[in-house]
Amino acid sequence: MVEWVRPQRVGEAISLLSKMPLDHYQIISGGTDVMVTQRLSMHQKNRDWLDLSAIPDLKEIEVHDKGIRIGAGVTLSALRRHPQVQKFWPMLAASAAVTGAAPIQNRATLGGNLCNASPAADNAPVLLAYGASLEIAGQQGSRIMDYAAFHVAYRKTALAAAELLVAVHIPYPPDKSVSLYRKVGTRAAQAIAKVGVAACFQIDAAKTIVQARFGIASVAAIPCSLPTVSHYLQGKKIKQIDAAIVRKGITHDIAPVDDIRSSAEYRLETTSRLIWDAIQHVE
Amino acid sequence: MCEYFVSGFDVFKVRFIMEIYKRDVGAVVDKAQPKRVDGLSKILGTAVYVDDIELNDVIYATTLRTASAGGVVEEIFFDPALDWSEFIIVTAKDIPGLNAVKLLENDQPVLVDRVFRHAGEALVLLGHSEPDMLKKALSHIRVHEVPLAHPVFDIDEALSAENKIIPGNVYSDYLLEKGDVDKSFDEIECFIDARFITPSQEQLYIEPQGMIAILQNDGVLRIDGSMQCPYYVLDALEQCTGLSKDLLRVVQTTTGGAFGGKEDYPSVIACHAALLAIKAGGKPVKLVYERGEDMRVTPKRHPSRTMLRLGANRAGELQFIDMDFAIDGGAYRTLSPVVLSRGVIHAPGPYFCKNIRVRGRAIATNHPPFGAFRGFGAPQSIFALEVAMDQLAAKLAMDPAEFRRKNLLRSGDVSPTGDILQNDCFAQDALEEALRVSQYYERQAEFKHWNKQNNGTVRGIGLATFAHGAGFTGNGELYLASRVLLQAHGNGQVEILCSNTEMGQGAATTLVQIAADALQLPMDKIHLAQTDTTRVPNSGPTVASRTCMVVGELVERAANLLLQKLMTEGGLSKLYSVDEFADACLRMQESKKDLLVSASYQPPAQMLWDENKFTGRAYSSFAWAAYIAEVEIDKLTYETRILNFTAVQEIGHAVHPQIVQGQIEGGVVQGIGYALYENVLWNDVGVMANDRLTNYIIPTTADIGPIQVVLMEKGLGAGPKGAKGVGELPMDGPAPAIVNAIQQALKMNIDQIPVMPELLMKLACSERVSQ
Amino acid sequence: MKVSMQINGQKMQVQAKPDSRLLDVLRDELGLKGTKEGCGEGECGACAVLVNGQVLNSCLLPLGQMDNADIVTIEGLPSDSPLVASFHACFAAQCGICTPGMMMAATALLSEYPQPTLEEIREGLSGNLCRCTGYGRIYEAVLQAATGVTHG
Ligand SMILES: Cc1cc2nc3c(=O)[nH]c(=O)nc-3n(C[C@H](O)[C@H](O)[C@H](O)COP(=O)(O)OP(=O)(O)OC[C@H]3O[C@@H](n4cnc5c(N)ncnc54)[C@H](O)[C@@H]3O)c2cc1C
Ligand code: FES
Ligand code: FES
Repeated sequence: MVEWVRPQRVGEAISLLSKMPLDHYQIISGGTDVMVTQRLSMHQKNRDWLDLSAIPDLKEIEVHDKGIRIGAGVTLSALRRHPQVQKFWPMLAASAAVTGAAPIQNRATLGGNLCNASPAADNAPVLLAYGASLEIAGQQGSRIMDYAAFHVAYRKTALAAAELLVAVHIPYPPDKSVSLYRKVGTRAAQAIAKVGVAACFQIDAAKTIVQARFGIASVAAIPCSLPTVSHYLQGKKIKQIDAAIVRKGITHDIAPVDDIRSSAEYRLETTSRLIWDAIQHVE
Repeated sequence: MCEYFVSGFDVFKVRFIMEIYKRDVGAVVDKAQPKRVDGLSKILGTAVYVDDIELNDVIYATTLRTASAGGVVEEIFFDPALDWSEFIIVTAKDIPGLNAVKLLENDQPVLVDRVFRHAGEALVLLGHSEPDMLKKALSHIRVHEVPLAHPVFDIDEALSAENKIIPGNVYSDYLLEKGDVDKSFDEIECFIDARFITPSQEQLYIEPQGMIAILQNDGVLRIDGSMQCPYYVLDALEQCTGLSKDLLRVVQTTTGGAFGGKEDYPSVIACHAALLAIKAGGKPVKLVYERGEDMRVTPKRHPSRTMLRLGANRAGELQFIDMDFAIDGGAYRTLSPVVLSRGVIHAPGPYFCKNIRVRGRAIATNHPPFGAFRGFGAPQSIFALEVAMDQLAAKLAMDPAEFRRKNLLRSGDVSPTGDILQNDCFAQDALEEALRVSQYYERQAEFKHWNKQNNGTVRGIGLATFAHGAGFTGNGELYLASRVLLQAHGNGQVEILCSNTEMGQGAATTLVQIAADALQLPMDKIHLAQTDTTRVPNSGPTVASRTCMVVGELVERAANLLLQKLMTEGGLSKLYSVDEFADACLRMQESKKDLLVSASYQPPAQMLWDENKFTGRAYSSFAWAAYIAEVEIDKLTYETRILNFTAVQEIGHAVHPQIVQGQIEGGVVQGIGYALYENVLWNDVGVMANDRLTNYIIPTTADIGPIQVVLMEKGLGAGPKGAKGVGELPMDGPAPAIVNAIQQALKMNIDQIPVMPELLMKLACSERVSQ
Repeated sequence: MKVSMQINGQKMQVQAKPDSRLLDVLRDELGLKGTKEGCGEGECGACAVLVNGQVLNSCLLPLGQMDNADIVTIEGLPSDSPLVASFHACFAAQCGICTPGMMMAATALLSEYPQPTLEEIREGLSGNLCRCTGYGRIYEAVLQAATGVTHG
């Protein structure tokens, strides 16, 4: 008989995890990924469950003078409806609004979307472009890490044993910034992304790009950024940017594949076009 | 400053039109539109579907299937570590009757004995009271298969393959011929030569297939389940179980969508459930598929490839249509010959052309067999012709509407099958009406302007004109010899007894309405009996939109017979009230006179159809249509959205306009899916690879705006008050109309569906390279 | 595991495996067969119910998370819901298998947007697949329920 544990505090959850061998517990938050994988696996593993959904701390959104702290258990429908998220981090409100449809968004959590670590996760690109960081709790207390370092390999995260994602921190976008988000799926709702692109540009008074940050979904084994392109764009005026160099940078930075949803060719071409389009919006 | 863009289109920029436009028949405006008889039970969730039936002591069942794309099963090994005595196990050896699914030919086994032709064929059936034990058991059976060395999954490869599945790998080879194509080719002024591909399509009824079987104490084997054709199931059970028909009972449960998908396969599931039930000691056996299994194993729309040459003179008159049309039938014959015949008959479209040659072939491959899906072969061939029509129009530098106007059939013309068209020909009318209500020319001009500006999208408008025969082809109805009974009761209630099923399309309501109209009674006095083969006569299968038209006509006739009978034998006067009707029934009952009447199919006078030569009158009625699609394509990503959609359909007489409208809207949306998203992908053993709703994509509300439906009623069909079938056309038109709109917007030729952005991107890039 | 829930206004205790799906509990333990299974993986919405006022797919909900939840299924839809009459009047149900889930999603939609625009309806119902209707009659039914005005 499997056991279902429902701690009320993060500390409690961590201590439960640390007492048991790795993989003893199946961690569940909103369950929209776990319940599907559970059903698909032919041989049920009969693991005990560690349910995070009763921890009030994980459900909090706090907006402060440096930015926002979003609990890992905040649902996507809470995010998309949050007035300050809509105002200061509109790309996140948008990505949450195109993740699945209403019955999914009402249950799916931001933390689950990141920890599930699908390369197609819709909220990942936006967080990369915004330069988010993660608050991770473990036996030794909590640590903060750059979100950009979180995904280490296909469906593998930097979470160690007995660690939980507690919150996502996002700074305010820089004063003069332009951001752009676009998801491409097979249909207009409830579609897994073929490509998802988020871009955030900081510019100065002379229209020089101070910083350019990107996040892309479904074009590599993990949600990825475009380091080569970001580096190239830094300090450039829009007029000076060479499309061919940007394209080459993209080709270098991403590794799209053919799969059941799309082709590598389409993913590369679309990413290039959307990034170029984003750059045009800076003007 | 913090600017923010979400680029892409405004998906919801759609005109909101929800009116039924009626022109010719003034009186229909206040036509009675009774509510659906099954409406409330479905809305309140009380309707009972097969999975909802309460059962005691139930045996759950599962199916072990072949893994290779054809081959030989050498051995089935049951792991002795498991106690198999708890299980009910059925293999081919346990089949008391014939091990063949009854259809056109007995080539498909109910359970694989040794040789098999595709992956996913049923091999072993297992029953157990605990579903978890079934999962476990499956992993304890080992099958030694020797796979086929060179399975084929492609139409042309199958034709040239060395090792054939059946002789020639051709199930059927048909030829429709008129005039002399070769001769006219020598004189041609303008022609195109193209190859078109359409994919398979999954019906995706939201209720998966399933059956419950029980061997009752009285020796009767009863089957309840989701199905279109109870008598097909009954015949299949008789053949496979060896039981006589009086020991078999088939009952249709509320059916959660079918669209053709529950025409032939329910026979297979019913046989499987029955074989288990025979060994289950009187316990009910429940065999309900999960979504994935349903998608992998049940038949879908036939993939097709068409080689087409189309020629016209400079004036834009069609000179010849030359088509080599082939559909992939899969590994067994099943319904393929019939699907092919529909595809061939509809291939030349509603056009006047002196020289036509359509060769149609159904090809054997190692895919699971393909089957019936709304349209039945016609959407495939109509797609090829209609898209080619636009390509030829472009070559002639002629507007596609004008090109069609010149060639659409008129009364007095000789049809492609050599029949002279009488008055019931409204191809031109449908076109003009569609052009008018969609404001075709204005929109075309607007789009031209739009496309010249620096927008993120390009727009196009496209059309398709087509016709679809209603009912069974040619002499088919003759062979069916359908029969309908009306049973009146002493309380004045009347029951309709027929084998035609309600599966969402509104048949229950429409048939009751037809009877109520004829009997001049309120609808609550009429009741459609549950489709139970022990009670209802065989009124033929529920396919091809024949229910309202053919069966409806029988119901109407039976109703008139009932009235006659009540008037002559029961003293009913010519003008009567509801109560007087009931009184007459009661008098009849009290004097022990029977209150049962029957009506049987009688062929119309001049139905001459030659099935071998494809000449004569293929259908007693054709319904005529013109569909117009307006699309928008994103210039960056090549995603396509439908802006507006107009469906104009001449349907003779709309028995129930709102039900008809719902049928058309539903079909159009399936057609939009076929055009843009739905693509059955295959794994390396030829089984559907995208077998989940997350990767087989059908339209959602976010993709679909309101659809403008216009019904034209000319009253000349063979059904009640001149009604014709409506269900197939909505599937025929959308794909070509949409593709034509995209061709126009992007100024490129497209020869396949679904038109995924990947395809458009590839075409656009290769075009750029070649320039 | 024993779980207490309020189902259609009634307090109930259910004893079942904690990872049982709410869908199975409703259908098999409680006999509430109006909630349907179309896919079992959250894609179709046939199993949609209201949990604490929100529309959720019951095939994705483990019983373990349902302690003290307030659940409304189609059987518990208020009898005066204008959606019942409008779905009937607009012919919004054909085969009916998607209808209970659609009704629950529409109920949640109307409680958030009492006067929804067509765009809001299309967005709000996009997690509920219907293969029969092409959605047109459903849009009309929801609009009619909201406004009481007949469009058709
Ligand atoms: C029908 C459907 C449509 C969908 N559409 C989309 C879509 O369009 N785009 C998209 O990106 N996703 C989509 N998803 C996927 C899913 O909804 C998201 O990934 C969701 O955000 C996951 O959140 P959850 O709370 O439900 O995660 P769960 O399923 O509870 O958990 C997911 C994983 O994360 C782990 N986990 C959860 N929380 C934590 C934590 N705090 N610390 C450590 N580990 C944790 C769990 O152990 C599990 O491995 C869809 C899913 C379904 C069923
Ligand atoms: S059955 Fe739950 S969403 Fe399909
Ligand atoms: S009515 Fe059949 S799926 Fe919606």
